Amino acid sequence: MSEQAVSKRPVVYLAEFDSPDAIIHAAEGVRDAGYEKWDVHTPYPVHGMDAAMGLTDSGLGWIVLLCGLTGVTAAVTMIQWMNGYDYPLVIGGKPPDAIPSMVPIMFELMVLLSAFGAVFGMFGLNELPKHHHPVFYSDRFEAFSHDKFFVSIEVEDKKFDTQKTKELLEGLHSTHVELVEEEVS
Amino acid sequence: MSADSPIVEIGETPLVPAHVSAAFVSDSVSRVTEQASPVGWWMVFGVALLFLGVLGLSVGYLVWNGIGSWGNNSPTAWAWDITNFVWWIGIGHAGTLISAVLFLFRQKWRTSVNRFAEAMTIFAVICALLYPTIHVGRIWALYWALPIPNQMAMWPNFKSPLLWDVFAVSTYFTVSLLFWFVGLIPDFATLRDRAKNVARKKVYGALALGWRGSNRHWRHYERAYLILAALSTPLVLSVHSVVSFDFATSVMPGWHTTIFPPYFVAGAVFSGFAMVMTLMLICRQVYGLKDIMTMKHLELMNKIMLVTGSLVGYAYSMEFFMAWYSGNAYERYVFINRATGPYWWAYWTMVTCNVISPQLFWSKRLRTSIPVMFAVSITINIGMWFERFVIIVTSLHRDYLPSSWGMFHPTLIDIGCYTGSLGLFFTLFSLFIRWIPMVAMFEVKAALPGAQPSHHHAHTEHAEPAHGALAVKEA
Repeated sequence: MSEQAVSKRPVVYLAEFDSPDAIIHAAEGVRDAGYEKWDVHTPYPVHGMDAAMGLTDSGLGWIVLLCGLTGVTAAVTMIQWMNGYDYPLVIGGKPPDAIPSMVPIMFELMVLLSAFGAVFGMFGLNELPKHHHPVFYSDRFEAFSHDKFFVSIEVEDKKFDTQKTKELLEGLHSTHVELVEEEVS
Repeated sequence: MSADSPIVEIGETPLVPAHVSAAFVSDSVSRVTEQASPVGWWMVFGVALLFLGVLGLSVGYLVWNGIGSWGNNSPTAWAWDITNFVWWIGIGHAGTLISAVLFLFRQKWRTSVNRFAEAMTIFAVICALLYPTIHVGRIWALYWALPIPNQMAMWPNFKSPLLWDVFAVSTYFTVSLLFWFVGLIPDFATLRDRAKNVARKKVYGALALGWRGSNRHWRHYERAYLILAALSTPLVLSVHSVVSFDFATSVMPGWHTTIFPPYFVAGAVFSGFAMVMTLMLICRQVYGLKDIMTMKHLELMNKIMLVTGSLVGYAYSMEFFMAWYSGNAYERYVFINRATGPYWWAYWTMVTCNVISPQLFWSKRLRTSIPVMFAVSITINIGMWFERFVIIVTSLHRDYLPSSWGMFHPTLIDIGCYTGSLGLFFTLFSLFIRWIPMVAMFEVKAALPGAQPSHHHAHTEHAEPAHGALAVKEA
């Protein structure tokens, strides 16, 4: 890099809102304007926001189902092989591969693997942990975890336009609109 | 009308006073972790550390010298160790009940209590896990309980309820920890964003995983939370059921009964709520969180204690009825011996503490009185310890042949291992209070009046009729 001076380039528009009503209204506005790379940041989950943003239902349940089935299968295979085949144990006059006594561990492993699926599946779908994101460059953004609501629209969005996007956000009664910039060296 | 509003028709009132806003919640809860601790915290922490030392010494002595350092002996091969195990794991159950079962039932009041109760669950399960671990005697061979290849080329016996217990309790601990951590992520983000110094920013920032409150994240997050709640609900029922199988699948009179699983679960929830109540009353007083943990929360919890206490009382009487009705002489003797034998004092302590004391909560005046509920919550914890003692020791000490009867006498190491576990619990709990938000801030914020959009859109997911409309339809 030959340039010595640090230059800046815009990365995201951040619009601040004060109330859940304002933010849900704003989300509908941005959705209807046809943006795709945008998001809403709220201190807590706001009811009806998925519909307002035009998001589909979370697919996490399918991941969990798969993990749960894996858990049950693993339990059955493990117990059958260990107690029924590799080292048959006759306890209480029951057949070594008796099924009823397998049930508790089948259940526990199903729950354990499903829980892993739910948590790590959620991390995967959300791409967490990820400690860097353009919205963090804004000084005002910290308030999202307190009591403020934000809409962010990324520069990469096809419809992004420095002037038009700003007008849209201001038209949605944002209390403060900010063009967040990133330092490029 | 939003699903979060109180149902005015049946006399419900809002959960928190009107001046409680989202900002108030963040400020009052985060402040506890940001300011220097009050003197009271240091006193509790100091005493807890002292007892943690007692635990270390007792366990060290026990491991070095063997299980004979306890008073356990034939015929009472299980005594305080398993009593403590069942007691602690039972205490843990209230946390899961509050965080998972009440979540599925959409009980919004749980939001003020759940973080607290989940922390209690995790610490109680840590204390519980200690006892089976040291009870095996040779703790360096503990891995024989796990399906790991070992030098004997043998596998664990999967038909043993003790092995089910290994799986149930370790699953329970892992899932509770995951559930707790998932709930903490947005609150760690709050602490990160409020942090004034670099160390706090870095530590809480790392724990918050870069959370930015994104609704694209909340969508999966809420689903994960719902699924974890749906998994934890049967899990919590299974854990104490499996614990009760340790007893119920044996052929001991007094243990071999089918009432044990539900009876144990009810007792677990009962004792756990009592422990949450004790801790909550102290913390809301010390840290000034009375606007978040209101009298309404306390009263609702007391009602649950009344219900579960009565269930436990029903189980006690049903055990006696079945002992008589079974016509089994040994079974009958065990129960007559419980109430009138050498351990009569333990039995009647149990009945007084667990069945009689919660009946005070029928009176609205008593169940909204802080001193009364504090006293009753401690009484219940004592009573529930005695319940496990009665079940274990009175059944074992006089089983079949009178020639093999005996008495159990605790040793100093027994006492050290028990009081020391309280030290471990309170050490962990003090550290939790000091460094982690003790109320789930984002959940309380989401349930505040006015926190959700006031108008319903045609295409929102919760297109429920207003409560008023429902009432009219039913009429």
